[in-house]
Amino acid sequence: MSKLITMLFVAGGALVIAGCGGSARADHATIEIHYSSFVQKEVEVPAGVPVSITLKNEDPIEHEWIVGTADVHQRHRTGTEPFHGTIPTEVTIPAFERRVTTITFEHPGDLLYICHLAGHEQYGMVGTLHVVEG
Amino acid sequence: MRPLITTVPILAAVVAAAVLHDSGSAEACAGLIGSNGAVNLGRTTTLAAYHDGVEHYVTAFQFQGGGGEFGTLIPLPGVPTNVERGGGWTLQRLQLETSIVPLSDSAGRASAAGGGASEILKTRIDALDITVLEGGGPDVAVWAEEHGFRLSPDAPEVLDFYAARSPIFLAALFDGAAAAERGQQIGDGTPVHITIPTSNPWVPLRILGLGKQAEDRIDADVFLLTDSKPAPLPQPGAKMALAYSQAASETLLTDLRSDENSAWVPESAWLTKLAINSPTSDLKFDLAVDTSGKNKPSQVAAGLVALPRTGGPVASGDAFGESVAWALGAIASIAILALLVRRRTRASRES
Repeated sequence: MSKLITMLFVAGGALVIAGCGGSARADHATIEIHYSSFVQKEVEVPAGVPVSITLKNEDPIEHEWIVGTADVHQRHRTGTEPFHGTIPTEVTIPAFERRVTTITFEHPGDLLYICHLAGHEQYGMVGTLHVVEG
Repeated sequence: MRPLITTVPILAAVVAAAVLHDSGSAEACAGLIGSNGAVNLGRTTTLAAYHDGVEHYVTAFQFQGGGGEFGTLIPLPGVPTNVERGGGWTLQRLQLETSIVPLSDSAGRASAAGGGASEILKTRIDALDITVLEGGGPDVAVWAEEHGFRLSPDAPEVLDFYAARSPIFLAALFDGAAAAERGQQIGDGTPVHITIPTSNPWVPLRILGLGKQAEDRIDADVFLLTDSKPAPLPQPGAKMALAYSQAASETLLTDLRSDENSAWVPESAWLTKLAINSPTSDLKFDLAVDTSGKNKPSQVAAGLVALPRTGGPVASGDAFGESVAWALGAIASIAILALLVRRRTRASRES
């Protein structure tokens, strides 16, 4: 009986660990936005497989989630695109809404995700996506 | 009718003026964010007075150039009954009074989105379109976005901070084109007088940092005109120095009373000047003042006690056991949320 209880604790603990935070490696991830901040500052996803990312905006203002290399972010810092919706790595999330995007990251490495609306990056809307060997 | 409106026996007034770069002027400021995201140092002079349970709030919206339209959102402690053109030189006169008198020796004591924001008053004064709103922080934010304002990233948290105490905001849209047609020049101000029955006046300070970077400094002058020597909260210190504290002169009060729509100015009062010099990151509070003699300014009114995301105005004897800040002459309201007005075209928005 005690062994069974121990096993249940171990199994439950594993589920808790897998469900917490954004650092668990999975083919899906959720990133919440609250008070102009990414709640999950770091997210780990596997390379080479489609990854579904759910973006939940809890704020009454619009935000963006743009993931990519330094060049991508530099372009968006001075860009003028009013809305993102066709490129999986560039998503506009209206107030109080959620968006789901599916991306296949080909190579392991770290990528930043940033909201490039005026002043938002400076306010701290930056996170890191760790792409690891699948 | 809100409770306690008629129970406030004191006469109090507050002038809040935030000044950037020129602490000697009578101008208050708030960061106005332009449609390109740049921060324009728009200056606004504000006066709030409290008498017989009615707050009289006077502020001057000044155009700083840059083109386009700019908006300001002001948290209010209650629902206004009137919004009209204010006196033309009241704030300057107060600044003059405190600039030429030495420091007194008496220093030191002296919501989740609901049903949407309701528009409870609309008026136009010169080139300003003014709307008084009632709603939670998210409600007001949505309204602002829908009416062409672009909120800075700190706005969601700051709006919640204020809406938890009072769900009343005044949105002012400055129409640059209309101002030009009227012959207004850059720097010209439009004084606005807001009459607000309330039992809970307070002076918003945190709002002065809206849209600013954490390291940006906020220099502000806050004037209190109260029945008696006030007890402020937070206590004056390095970031909020007591610069003036003594009985207001008859000459000053007479002058103020002679300005447009200023008959409410009391016959006698205590004048206090607090000079704020703080980085934005440290200015997370408002100013509460107790003039009841109990020396117990409300921590709730000062924004030092966390409140639920949604909530109404703070009332006397509230659940927090605070003494009401009715002493506060305060008033408040003021706070100038800097927002930016964005045309729905979003043409100038960053990607």
